[in-house]
Amino acid sequence: MAVAEKIPASGLIEKFPGGGIVLTTGESVLKWGKASSLWPLTFGLACCAIEMISTGAPRFDIDRFGAGVFRASPRQCDVMIVAGTICVKMGDCMKRLYAQMPEPKYVIAMGNCAVSGGIFYHDTYSVVKGTEALGIPVDVYIPGCPPRPENLLFGIIKLQEKILKESALCGRKERRVR
Amino acid sequence: MSADALDRQIAIPKESLLETARRLASEGFDNLHCITAVDKNESIELIYILYSINKHACVTLKTQLALDDLAIESLANIWKSADWLEREVYDLFGVKFLNHPNLKRILNPDDWDVHPLRKDFSRPDLIKKPKY
Amino acid sequence: MTWSSVETIKENIHTEEFWVNMGPQHPSTHGVLYLEVKLSGETVVDLITHIGYLHRGIEKIAENRTYTQFIPFTDRLDYIAAMGNNLGYVLAVEKLMKMEVSDRAKYIRVIIAELQRVASHLVGITTFAQDLGAFATPLFYGFREREKIVELFDDICGNRLTYNYMRIGGLQFDLPKGADEKIKNIIKYMRPKIDDLESLFSSNAIFTARTKGVGALSKEKAVNYSVTGPNLRASGVKWDLRRDEPYLCYDKFDFDIPTGVNGDSWDRYKVRIEEMRQSLRIVEQAIGGLPEGDPTIKVGRIIKPEAGESYMRTEAPRGELGFYIVSDGSAYPYRMKIRSPSFSNLAVLSELAKGIKVADVVCVLGSLDIVMGDIDR
Repeated sequence: MAVAEKIPASGLIEKFPGGGIVLTTGESVLKWGKASSLWPLTFGLACCAIEMISTGAPRFDIDRFGAGVFRASPRQCDVMIVAGTICVKMGDCMKRLYAQMPEPKYVIAMGNCAVSGGIFYHDTYSVVKGTEALGIPVDVYIPGCPPRPENLLFGIIKLQEKILKESALCGRKERRVR
Repeated sequence: MSADALDRQIAIPKESLLETARRLASEGFDNLHCITAVDKNESIELIYILYSINKHACVTLKTQLALDDLAIESLANIWKSADWLEREVYDLFGVKFLNHPNLKRILNPDDWDVHPLRKDFSRPDLIKKPKY
Repeated sequence: MTWSSVETIKENIHTEEFWVNMGPQHPSTHGVLYLEVKLSGETVVDLITHIGYLHRGIEKIAENRTYTQFIPFTDRLDYIAAMGNNLGYVLAVEKLMKMEVSDRAKYIRVIIAELQRVASHLVGITTFAQDLGAFATPLFYGFREREKIVELFDDICGNRLTYNYMRIGGLQFDLPKGADEKIKNIIKYMRPKIDDLESLFSSNAIFTARTKGVGALSKEKAVNYSVTGPNLRASGVKWDLRRDEPYLCYDKFDFDIPTGVNGDSWDRYKVRIEEMRQSLRIVEQAIGGLPEGDPTIKVGRIIKPEAGESYMRTEAPRGELGFYIVSDGSAYPYRMKIRSPSFSNLAVLSELAKGIKVADVVCVLGSLDIVMGDIDR
């Protein structure tokens, strides 16, 4: 029953006393699987990318949350961690990368630049003011310049909570209509 | 000893840039360290900082370009480092370098028609400086 | 169709050169770099480098910030070696103002800059190995070691990556209590780890086979392209600003300048390994002779240098970082040009890549150790 205890959304699972049978819904298993194997896109834009690598490195170890499998191809990814300043020239590439990711897909805006343009908000001519300004919906915002690795881990935990709360099969569709 | 390139400045007219550069190159200035420009409102000043690694020497060339005639000979045939540095000046200031192998924008998107480091470049979202 | 010899098949097959795009999102381009590679089979015929995907207009921002306000922006240029950029900028402004800083500030600056060099080279070497296919393991080692230095910087100034520690005329804070003990421990910890790293790579048959003789850069070419830093020294030019144009108090320390022979990727890696050892030597001497005094700043936040100009170049971990500042006597710089080392170092890539295999382009690029924030500014 170790598995059942690990599942964050407990209550969805019923244990038979003393038995080896577990009853649950297909949906909650699906969501559990989705939340605990988030594969991020290897996509470092600027300074925050170094903190993202630090998060993957031994000290912080993003693998504990199942999000350590950085994939180079957007076709294999679940979550895009926008780590750094988005510049005008890069904007189109970002949109294409987002479009190439298969559903269900999530976006974490890591750092002030990805949230709103941050320190480069004023006085510059070539910085996009945040990920939302490109039309890419963001699930979790992590402020900081750059955020510490703990913050990124917290953001990933928040995203997992969000996935567990939404409907497993049509969660994104509902969101889009809204 | 501390060598300061700006202590040895040579102001030259733009026509004699290529000739001066060739002479300096033959004298052992093998490293074109930096090319940059300053918008002086009525003219654009180009600054070339040169070093010689063997002779441990440095020199700065300065030349003024009038705003209605922003063109000067390229030095990319003498020093390869000039290639990208001149492209950057072209991108940010709009100075045309004649006989440059590949004069295209380097930092900004190709389809832009503004030169952002010019003083007359303005955007509505540039905030006003407070007075100190 | 009947059987024919290999030769006739070769004659009949139509072959042509083709273009391959690498980037801007690519795991081994160290950020957002876009390479267009023209290939004939596996061999590179032509390579075009496109940069500017991280162009943030920092030089324009500089014209709208006071001298002190601009310090945090220098952190974000070369974000792997932020202290080196801080240092280059404040030295340029101090030169403009003809300002002297206290001895203790100078020593602390040297210690910080050299530790930053070690941290930066650790990232540089291990990401290079990652590009060559040593997936994650060397990177994990490198980041584990780097974490010690980052932790120290965190203690000193409160941030892990963007430090904003140097000030015009001094430092933001003095070293905290117990920092010198920590620094000594880091030196003691780091030395065997660097040996470990070196033996990990140097004794690896794949690593040696893929780096030796690949992407050789001759002395003349390196100077002509204005390549600087470890890449220049790997080509055999014994040129280091810390020795040749000493700033701060580098002339008081005893250190060697490692150089390579062939200028290939292997030499560039070797020079970086050796430089880390020399940096630790400098730190050891500096921490031993750390003078007493007050390194914090004496000037106000609004600084108005006299009208004039200054150009200061320093030996940042990636090469010569120059700041050219023009002042018009106001609180804002009239113009600031940042001569970044990676910009010129990357320009040489298209020259080096011609004639080598496409897989080796990644090797050469990794050995040049570029940072996109530094290139695009």
